[in-house]
Amino acid sequence: MTEQVRVRSMAPPGHVRAPWYLRGKTGVIERRLGEYPNPEQLAYGLQAERKTLYRVRFTMRELWGERAENQDDTLDAEIYHHWLERK
Amino acid sequence: MSHDHPEQIHHMGLSSSGHPFRNDNDFPLTCWQSMEIAVRELLIEKGVLTSDEISRQIDAMDARSPANGARVVARAWVDESFKTRLLANGTDACGEMEFDIGPLNLIAVENTGDVHNLIVCTLCSCYPRNLLGFPPDWYKTRAYRSRAVVEPRKLLREFGVELPKNATVRVHDSTADMRYIVIPARPVGSELMTEQELARLVTRDSMIGTGLPLEP
Amino acid sequence: MNTGIERRWHDMGGLDSGPVPMEEHDFAIWEKRVDALMILCGGKGLFTVDGLRRALEDMGEEAFEKHTYYERWIAAINQNLIEAGVYSIEELGEKMEAVSRRGDTYGEAQND
Repeated sequence: MTEQVRVRSMAPPGHVRAPWYLRGKTGVIERRLGEYPNPEQLAYGLQAERKTLYRVRFTMRELWGERAENQDDTLDAEIYHHWLERK
Repeated sequence: MSHDHPEQIHHMGLSSSGHPFRNDNDFPLTCWQSMEIAVRELLIEKGVLTSDEISRQIDAMDARSPANGARVVARAWVDESFKTRLLANGTDACGEMEFDIGPLNLIAVENTGDVHNLIVCTLCSCYPRNLLGFPPDWYKTRAYRSRAVVEPRKLLREFGVELPKNATVRVHDSTADMRYIVIPARPVGSELMTEQELARLVTRDSMIGTGLPLEP
Repeated sequence: MNTGIERRWHDMGGLDSGPVPMEEHDFAIWEKRVDALMILCGGKGLFTVDGLRRALEDMGEEAFEKHTYYERWIAAINQNLIEAGVYSIEELGEKMEAVSRRGDTYGEAQND
């Protein structure tokens, strides 16, 4: 069962590990990687909550549309739970 | 450390690895170098670090090189059950081979006839350095970081990698806590080679995905 | 994106860029020392790699273009050590001045 998720399309200032080119894009969860301290808190020397990290797979079609070199090539990235929403 | 290389190589302005030396002891002091000296001395004076710890850390990092990754790949080529474990948990599998990769969370991805994997870090330059040592300079450049996710095939051609038309490219952007190593496809014609011989075919770039293993 | 906050300079995936420069270099001893300081201080909990990245990102694009990798890293390490209260800016200033008085080259500026 593939689970579809979308990377949230917000744009807060500060240290963030969800790349710009993936925001608002839909992919499927490739695997759940476990829980890791939230880098958005670690970056400021704060106690960090543990957040679930996922590897999400996107098609190049979804990311770049007609520009994609090959529609079915894929891009995997690690995205924290709080940056994902269900489709 | 950069002064003990064979004479003729040194005279060409290249180190024994064939790369130019970077400004070192004999060049005018830069403000960054004086900051490094100052920070290091303050840390030692305050008892945070010892100079011995620093030397040992440099030695540990110098001991890491693509040869470590090559041994892991060669093991995966000859030992199907090791490969299965490596693909399931890269960190544990490297631990079996007694590589000290520290807190590195390693994910291994496998190239086959149909799939070619490529590793990048678009946000900074994350690299499996605890296994492979220092990343190549180009890995940290704007050009590589920008282009790998949008035109991997064109980029691969620049690196001299021609893929079969029907191959799927999978790009991996190391955006968070994982680091990646590519297990390149075992070269045709290597069937009779030993694990040690196979390791010599595995290049650094073949484990990043920007190259292929050497031909036997 | 409709929040008005713009893409940050370091977040470069997918942007146009030229050919990849293929030159490589060996690291100088001072660069390896910067690397060692990063790993050791990180290991002692004085900062996190995320804190270093935050400092690097905040240095801006000009620093990325103008300075080498380890030049930016020693600046980020220093920024984080100051923030952690390991030493003061005054102590750093005095030490850097003392270092540059020792000689004109990296070798001469060592305290040994």
